[in-house]
Amino acid sequence: MKILTGNDLASGDVIWWAGDGWSRQVGDAADVGAHGDDLARAEEAALRVVGAYVIDATLGEDGVRPAHIKDRIRAFGPTVRPDLVEQPTEADIGKWVI
Amino acid sequence: MYRYDSYDQAIVDARVEEFRDQTQRRLTGALTEDQFKPLRLMNGLYLQLHAYMLRVAIPYGTLSGKQMRKLGEIAGKYDKGYGHFTTRQNLQYNWIKLADAPDILAELATVEMHAIQTSGNCIRNISSDQYAGVSADEVADPRPWAELLRQWSSFHPEFTYLPRKFKIAVIASDDDRAAMRLHDIGLKLVERDGVVGAEVYAGGGMGRTPMVAPLIRDFIAEDEIISYLEACLRVYNRYGRRDNKYKARIKILVHEIGVEEYKRQVEEEFAHMRELGLNPPVEELARIRAFFAAPAYESGLSDDIDRSNPAFALWVDRQVAAHKAPGYAIVNISLKPIDGIPGDASAEQIGLVADLAEAYSFDELRVTHAQNLVLPHVKKADLYAVWQKLVAAGLAEANLDLITDIIACPGLDYCALANARSIPLAQKIAARFAAAERQAEIGELKLKISGCINACGHHHAGHIGILGVDRRGVENFQLLLGGSGAEDASLGQITGPGFSEDGVVDAIEKVTDIYLAERESGERFLDTYRRIGMKPFKEAIYG
Ligand code: HEM
Ligand code: SF4
Repeated sequence: MKILTGNDLASGDVIWWAGDGWSRQVGDAADVGAHGDDLARAEEAALRVVGAYVIDATLGEDGVRPAHIKDRIRAFGPTVRPDLVEQPTEADIGKWVI
Repeated sequence: MYRYDSYDQAIVDARVEEFRDQTQRRLTGALTEDQFKPLRLMNGLYLQLHAYMLRVAIPYGTLSGKQMRKLGEIAGKYDKGYGHFTTRQNLQYNWIKLADAPDILAELATVEMHAIQTSGNCIRNISSDQYAGVSADEVADPRPWAELLRQWSSFHPEFTYLPRKFKIAVIASDDDRAAMRLHDIGLKLVERDGVVGAEVYAGGGMGRTPMVAPLIRDFIAEDEIISYLEACLRVYNRYGRRDNKYKARIKILVHEIGVEEYKRQVEEEFAHMRELGLNPPVEELARIRAFFAAPAYESGLSDDIDRSNPAFALWVDRQVAAHKAPGYAIVNISLKPIDGIPGDASAEQIGLVADLAEAYSFDELRVTHAQNLVLPHVKKADLYAVWQKLVAAGLAEANLDLITDIIACPGLDYCALANARSIPLAQKIAARFAAAERQAEIGELKLKISGCINACGHHHAGHIGILGVDRRGVENFQLLLGGSGAEDASLGQITGPGFSEDGVVDAIEKVTDIYLAERESGERFLDTYRRIGMKPFKEAIYG
């Protein structure tokens, strides 16, 4: 699947397009199909996101997994300071980041 | 320490208000990201993996207690309670909100600080020796020069859009603690026939094409340094490769046209500069120098240290360096606890070091390029009290220049350009070599890790260097041996195929085992490597 991510313009937080708005949980990410780039430009123009880009991800039984390690770390937070960000809600977080 | 005059303060205050307005326009949509990005970068604000990151300039690594306290307060109030000291003697905050950035800059301005010259293709914050002014072997205190260069380079209209970033270091001792020859320009103050001046090195750097800077002028008298540098920059500004970002640093120009040709062009330009009389008045250097006068050291102090506490004695032997004034010592504070993050300090730790600087070090402290801190003037009689406070704050690790005193860039945990994570690897290596006896047995060994080819973690200059690469989406690490950023500067050589994270820790262990088996008396790891070469190490690792 293709999903859309970026940073919240004002706070800088990592956000994921959830179909009807943005979420801080990668698990909420929605498939944007071929519309990701248009959506990214529109949402940037609406000042809701900065640096939006489309990535590959897989949807398994456990939820959405970004394909590239960089985006998995964005979803998880710094692996050396898991205390700092709201963690993904899935049970097995930490197992799939690296 | 240097204090702002009304011009300095007015410039910095005006810059904050300008950025406040720019930020407001961004948040309301009057500026697009493409328009805003160069403006925020000129104020040190990057967008990284998880958030905005603010890089604050610490001119030549020198801070007062008040400035340090402010850095800690900002970490607590606007960030997630910590800051990261970098190899460029700066501080980075990793979790900044865009709307807060102008307020943070305004707070910094109240203590004569800013984030100017921490990004972009300008002359960046000047770096220097953390022992400036206190080491016995220096020709002169390099800080007045660094400050003069700061004033010359800040908003220099001709050098604000150089082909690429430009980093300058100034030292004044034979011991190079600032990686001077790995800068675009390195100045080493020297004395010839009673006249102070500088040796000038140009075209050093790390990144994807590492180079040790060659000497381009054996001596330039102190009152002509500025116009000589002006000439160096002019030649670079005109001929640097603007067509290719990866070839745009001065090192490529010097390499491509050759040192002799670069020198010739600089001399020609310099002859022209001389006629223009652009050197700052000598009174200005004298004015600046007065700010760096030695503090009022007490006389008649004892040099004795009560070493009855063994943990304290161990720390003294490792972390305390000789000071030029009798009865005083230089205290190195490690930011490399075994299970910590190299260079990170909590808001509370930053506050404590600010207190210590005020109470015990004439209100002064330094940041080192190895991501540690220094209290430059501590009475020997106060060392025990200082140590106890450091112990309580988790800042008393005794590992200066040992294998666990690792330089590590933020890597893939924070950095958008990274291939691999640097910090967890640093932690694994530190854990493997944690035993104090083992570290002491190995002795001086500078280990440096970068998460990508940009080399922010100085991996080329590590006795052991590690470079993170991306192997089809999986983190992989190349190992380098034999680099040095010190007075014996050299670039490390890659051992061979890369490793997984655990694999590289094992490889390092094999490397240190070979060293311990092969070393001759008095040899550091680097010395043994230089004597016996890469082969035995390679055999041990891949054999
Ligand atoms: C996280 C944000 C950072 C970004 C985006 C970044 C980016 C870069 C880039 C692109 C280069 C290569 C420049 C070139 O060769 O033209 C570079 C070099 C460098 N950076 Fe960083 N960096 C970051 C953080 C840091 C940190 C945290 C440190 C200190 C720990 C640092 C210190 C350096 C140094 C010492 C160099 C080598 C300079 C040279 O090539 O001579 N950077 N950085
Ligand atoms: S070396 Fe690479 S990974 Fe490390 S901070 Fe620099 S740009 Fe980022």
